[in-house]
Amino acid sequence: MPGAATRERFEQAVLPHLDAAYNLARWLTRNEQDAQDVTQEAFLRAFRFFDGYQGGNMRAWLLTIVRNTCYTWLHQNRPPDSAVEFDEEIHSSESSGAADPELQVLASADKETVHRALEELPDIFREVLVLREIEGMSYKEIADVASVSLGTVMSRLARARTRLRQSLGAVLRKES
Amino acid sequence: MSCKLTQRFVPGYLDGELDLSQTIEMETHLQVCGECARELERQQALRAALQRSSLAYAAPEALRERIQSSLRAPAPIEAPERAGGWNAMQVLRPLLVLGWAGAFAVLALCALIAWQLVPGLHGPSSDQRLATEVLTSHVRSLEANHLMDVVSTDQHTVKPWFDGKLDFSPPVEDLASDDFPLVGGRLDYLEGRQVAALVYQRRKHFINVFVWPDTRGSSSTQTIQPQQGYNMMRWSRGGFQFWAVSDVSAQDLAEFVRLLQARTAPESK
Repeated sequence: MPGAATRERFEQAVLPHLDAAYNLARWLTRNEQDAQDVTQEAFLRAFRFFDGYQGGNMRAWLLTIVRNTCYTWLHQNRPPDSAVEFDEEIHSSESSGAADPELQVLASADKETVHRALEELPDIFREVLVLREIEGMSYKEIADVASVSLGTVMSRLARARTRLRQSLGAVLRKES
Repeated sequence: MSCKLTQRFVPGYLDGELDLSQTIEMETHLQVCGECARELERQQALRAALQRSSLAYAAPEALRERIQSSLRAPAPIEAPERAGGWNAMQVLRPLLVLGWAGAFAVLALCALIAWQLVPGLHGPSSDQRLATEVLTSHVRSLEANHLMDVVSTDQHTVKPWFDGKLDFSPPVEDLASDDFPLVGGRLDYLEGRQVAALVYQRRKHFINVFVWPDTRGSSSTQTIQPQQGYNMMRWSRGGFQFWAVSDVSAQDLAEFVRLLQARTAPESK
């Protein structure tokens, strides 16, 4: 393990991103206790590799480690995300002028429904939305964290949003 | 959808990822294209729904404290800290309570501890320190469910994975044909530097092989005194230093090391 001076530097540079780290772990593990364990493990790994950190975007560097730790953990502890067949075409009404029913759905969606809909998305879609909409990361930062190309980030984000809109629509239609 | 700009540019516009000229073009286009305008409005409504749902989780304060203390006391298998400050009475009192049988047991225990300590009287050698580090890493990799960063039985996947993550390229050999399949690899940290950890499997047991450039000059294969039920061997070959650690039997580990040595080229590259 690196020494005390390194630890101080590490704590100053990395601990401010604890909330972002925990938030990502919490959304990926979908469980509070697991998120805490994974975050702690990720910080220990980050500490061990802190010497190899080349400067640059600290939050993206940390979240990359958090994400890898999460997936290693999920891989070993949870059954794989079932690849659900999903019709991603938006069948929206093209009626112009009149009130847009999808807009009404989105405007009336309550906290809990949104929360559940996001939680139920497959991992790869959930993570891009969490990074984009909660962490406010740029496409480039998301690409770095998820180790994918910019094009993949864009297509995953588009698909994630489509799925989220569909499941919000489905839930709220069922309720009404 | 018919407008070809809708799918291509609306999300980028929404996310502020278009460059200046694309942004201006999109704004002009939105004035005339109902489809794009409607799609943008829905995307904005989705974003608003996400924003008002307070989706961000804040880390519990206890987690911050846990992390800070784990950074200070990182090794999980170190001996428990001795409670500071004791006096003779605290030691003697149990003897009085336990009587002769107890006293004998305590004496035997003391003798055992003393016997264990004698080889270490001159302070741990660097090899012993390293052995403890290797063992700690091995146990941690199993305990923390963090055995592998790259999961693959293919040496041609595992070896390139280390590219750019390490300042050396470790030799990676699969021994599946000898019933020691390679199952993956990860980065680890030993002797103050990053090292490659290769993970092999023997039935239900895992073998961690730590590899890093040899700076001490070559030495013969050494079997390290087993610690806590784990067998360890070290050797150097081809300019690299290797440490293998596992809970497989000493014979199995020796066999594994012999096979691995036979595969790794003896000459330095």
